[in-house]
Amino acid sequence: MNNQHAHAMIQISNLKKAFGEHVVLKDISIAVPRGSVVAMIGPSGSGKSTLLRCLNLLTVPDLGTVRIGERHFEFNGRKSRLPKDRELAAFRARTGMVFQHFNLFPHMTAVENVMEGMVTVLRTPKAEARAKAMALLQKVGLSDRADMYPQKLSGGQKQRIAIARALAMQPDVMLFDEATSALDPELVGEVLNVIRGLAADGMTMILVTHEIAFAREVADQVVFMRDGVVVEAGPPSQVIDNPQEAATQAFLARFNA
Amino acid sequence: MYQWDFGSLWQFRSIIGIGFVYTLSYTVACIALGLMVGLVVGLGRLSSNPFISGPLRAFVEVFRCTPVLVQLVWFYYALPVLLGIEMSAGTAAMLSLALYGGAFYSEIIRGGIVSIDVGQSEAGWALGMTRFQLMKRVILPQAFKRMTPPLVNQSIMQLKNTSLLSVLAVPDLLYQGQIIAHETYRPLEIYTLVAIIYFLILLPATIWAKRLENRLSVQHG
Repeated sequence: MNNQHAHAMIQISNLKKAFGEHVVLKDISIAVPRGSVVAMIGPSGSGKSTLLRCLNLLTVPDLGTVRIGERHFEFNGRKSRLPKDRELAAFRARTGMVFQHFNLFPHMTAVENVMEGMVTVLRTPKAEARAKAMALLQKVGLSDRADMYPQKLSGGQKQRIAIARALAMQPDVMLFDEATSALDPELVGEVLNVIRGLAADGMTMILVTHEIAFAREVADQVVFMRDGVVVEAGPPSQVIDNPQEAATQAFLARFNA
Repeated sequence: MYQWDFGSLWQFRSIIGIGFVYTLSYTVACIALGLMVGLVVGLGRLSSNPFISGPLRAFVEVFRCTPVLVQLVWFYYALPVLLGIEMSAGTAAMLSLALYGGAFYSEIIRGGIVSIDVGQSEAGWALGMTRFQLMKRVILPQAFKRMTPPLVNQSIMQLKNTSLLSVLAVPDLLYQGQIIAHETYRPLEIYTLVAIIYFLILLPATIWAKRLENRLSVQHG
């Protein structure tokens, strides 16, 4: 186990987070090996989205450590020790995040959305950034929509562009925060296909999802959370098909029905 | 039946001309200064430091919740006594109109920025943008689009407010009109003319503002 931790791409140790009186994460520790896919499942309010947001520090943990690749932050509850704007930015640039509501930039075309991080953050020359962005749009099957504004695109197309935008930073890991929850059912498949492709490419990913069947298919590890704790974790064949904990069984019963 | 005689006003054209120039130049100056005040105050109010945002909020409320005519008179008659300095009517008028306009502009600018969905900030942060990059590339381009129509409307108000300058004997359009009215005893013609001139400046401005609003709203959301 120690050996695996040493090689983990993502390592969270003893993470705690409270919003006021409400404790959302209670002492979470997870290690994700390079190239593996972790699906986090659990009821709403279980803390899984907060945990994901703590990974790229959109939400700052109260206590514990977060390590992705070589970069590492320790939180000890003292406000004066919070990382500075630039440190945070550099850290976040190495993690790609895909949001439930896409959050594309509406004043930029599809290709400009994908270029934005490269041009502004990585200082890639525009022509080179555009070429890379076009290749990524091709990868998500949207090269013919490059010059359209997000407003004209379907939810599934927007989400694929959001994935391309995150990939453009060549992140160490990709984080998906309920990436298909805001989509019409018939559009879910096209987004899952892109994620499936990334998994095949060996991208390290954490998916917060309600798509249990998809989690079973692509995840190497499934983490079931409830009330801010990891109730059960392991391969899908164990956590999804043969859950040991009553809470996991109760949660999954709703999906198997 | 009243006998209209606009012809007799022709001889006063240079007096009207001076008023016209004063009104326009005060408008331009008050808009420019007001926007500067508004930008500084609007951004400052977004500061998480209460020692910055607090006093700025107080400034905005003071200027929004007192009549601009009272401010104008106060700046001319009361402030110089308080500070022990001399202030010309023009300076006092400029100062009060710029600060008054600035208070409203700042609310428009602040409102435009906070109206941008927090998801936009999160998307920018997730890409690794700094606070400054986020403002410049993501928030302000979207916010400015939303701010433009109300900023134009407020600027139109600024022009109308310059008519208050006449109270301090600044020779703007209305003041010049008053002079001519005293001279000719033809208030009907002269005040009608003054109203028409304001109307002819502002009607195209409002039409343009409306068009701008429509055009901005059809662009990619």
